[in-house]
Amino acid sequence: MRTRTWAPYALIAPTLVLMAVFLVYPIGSVVYYSLQRYNVTQPWKNGFAGLDNFKQMLFDDPLFWQSLAFSAKWVFVEVGLQLLLGLILALIVNETFIGRGMARALVFSPWAVSGVLTTGIWILLLNPSTGIFQELSKLGIGTPGTSVLGNPDTVFDALVVTELWRGVPFFAILLLADLQSIPKDLYEAASVDGASRWRRFTSVTLPHLKDAIILSTLLRAVWEFNNVDLIYTLTGGGPANQTTTLPLYVARQAVDSHNFGYGSALTIAGFLILLFFSILYLRVSKFGSRA
Amino acid sequence: MTETLIRPPVDTPPPPRPPTKRRRRAVAEEPGKRWLIHLPLVVYLLFTLIPFYWMLVFAVRPTGSTQLVPWPITFEHFDTVWNDIGFGIFFYNSVVMGLGVLVFVTVLSVMGGYALARFKFRGQKVFLLAMLCTQFIPGAMMLIPLFVIFKSAGLLNSITGLIIAEVAFQLPLSLILMSGFIRNISVELEEAAMVDGCSRLRAFFAVTLPQLKPALVAVGSFAFIGAWNQFLFALMFASRQDKFTLPVGLSYALGEFNTDFGALAAGGVVAAVPVVLVFAVVQRFLVQGLSAGAVKG
Repeated sequence: MRTRTWAPYALIAPTLVLMAVFLVYPIGSVVYYSLQRYNVTQPWKNGFAGLDNFKQMLFDDPLFWQSLAFSAKWVFVEVGLQLLLGLILALIVNETFIGRGMARALVFSPWAVSGVLTTGIWILLLNPSTGIFQELSKLGIGTPGTSVLGNPDTVFDALVVTELWRGVPFFAILLLADLQSIPKDLYEAASVDGASRWRRFTSVTLPHLKDAIILSTLLRAVWEFNNVDLIYTLTGGGPANQTTTLPLYVARQAVDSHNFGYGSALTIAGFLILLFFSILYLRVSKFGSRA
Repeated sequence: MTETLIRPPVDTPPPPRPPTKRRRRAVAEEPGKRWLIHLPLVVYLLFTLIPFYWMLVFAVRPTGSTQLVPWPITFEHFDTVWNDIGFGIFFYNSVVMGLGVLVFVTVLSVMGGYALARFKFRGQKVFLLAMLCTQFIPGAMMLIPLFVIFKSAGLLNSITGLIIAEVAFQLPLSLILMSGFIRNISVELEEAAMVDGCSRLRAFFAVTLPQLKPALVAVGSFAFIGAWNQFLFALMFASRQDKFTLPVGLSYALGEFNTDFGALAAGGVVAAVPVVLVFAVVQRFLVQGLSAGAVKG
């Protein structure tokens, strides 16, 4: 029975090694790079920079603040709308109707689609010459030749709707799973007591869903903050940096400018902001304590 | 029999009953209000399906046609992307990567999940906390150091390298999910088997693993879909076209064929079909598995 002492360590050893090499070590080097001048295109300037990168970021880089503000707006709008629509969708497909299994499979399916593919699909749908707005204009709705992705006034809305298309199913799936774990007798008891449909929703369903909602919104917020696939391929952060998020800004520092030092400093900032708001969110929402 | 085994709390919820057909007459009590379900459902179905349909139409109608219900259909665009642009190779690379990640993530998360669920060991809390913390690390921000590591390890332009990186990034969440599933399976039967002389390993394979089937399907399909859709690493770490995966190939198609919508759509269909099919099959298990308590971990 002495084997028990090392068994769990043997089981997690491969995971530990992978995490050490591909997560812990890279984080360490990001911290190190953030204190360096490290630009592949200007190697003669490389060297220790102290906190210069952070000073530049905070006091000398309007794009940092702009991308941070856009990230906040993006996460807030996306997660809010995805939660609302996902909850409605989960409630609908939790009802009994003919073809329910089929309906679930269909409305959930965009969840499996990648950001790049979503971009491809929506570029086809929104293109000004053969897209949906062109077809609608034939029916007398809207004006022909509308380019929603090229217009600074509509690009944000187009981006939001596109991401909703594949984001809503995430909430619908998680919340449907939680809806199904609500004991049926709770509803029966509420019905016997004469509670209306709305009343049953607010006093039985919502309290039960509370933890699932907190957890899924947090996971999704972190994911939407970090996700770059869709915006990178759909707008590239434009027009005129209007849709540049902080991670997209970092990716461009790394891929286009090869400015590894400054990109690393931006990384640290993003990580700390995310960690701070996550802890704050879990505290304020009293996760784990059922109302 | 051993103090290292963690017993599940007494009030562990029983596994969910398989959903019986028509277990509750939903709106039968208020028959006039059925449109409250049907109307939004139809609206949402249209929102979901029109974009898919648009892609399909572009993929099968000849260049220059603007028919919304194309007939006769053509497969010339599929021929172009599969043979000329190389989507045949991208498809193969994506399949290899998806299956590789599926196998490693599933096996490693069962191992680690079992350790977390059935043992109490020093450093357990730190391990769990570290894994949760990894969820806050933006993948985009790891590009720089990972590129350096991959370059020095000779893993650039290699599907193996992509599999390893993707497994490392997916593993923490899958492992936590899996430990939740395993914790929900009663430990008593496993202990009984061990009293009867089974080794712990045999007890696991004979008793616990069969009950884990829905969890394996859920975690495995998550892993496959995640790998199939992985973009940023695949874009950064592969510069040779014969090592592209479908999302990378598609992203180049987005730029190159900005006017050739037929090729873009056909490439999109090639990338979409396997993953949407996999998902259509497993989504039922996904909902069941998640409602079995994994959400609450």
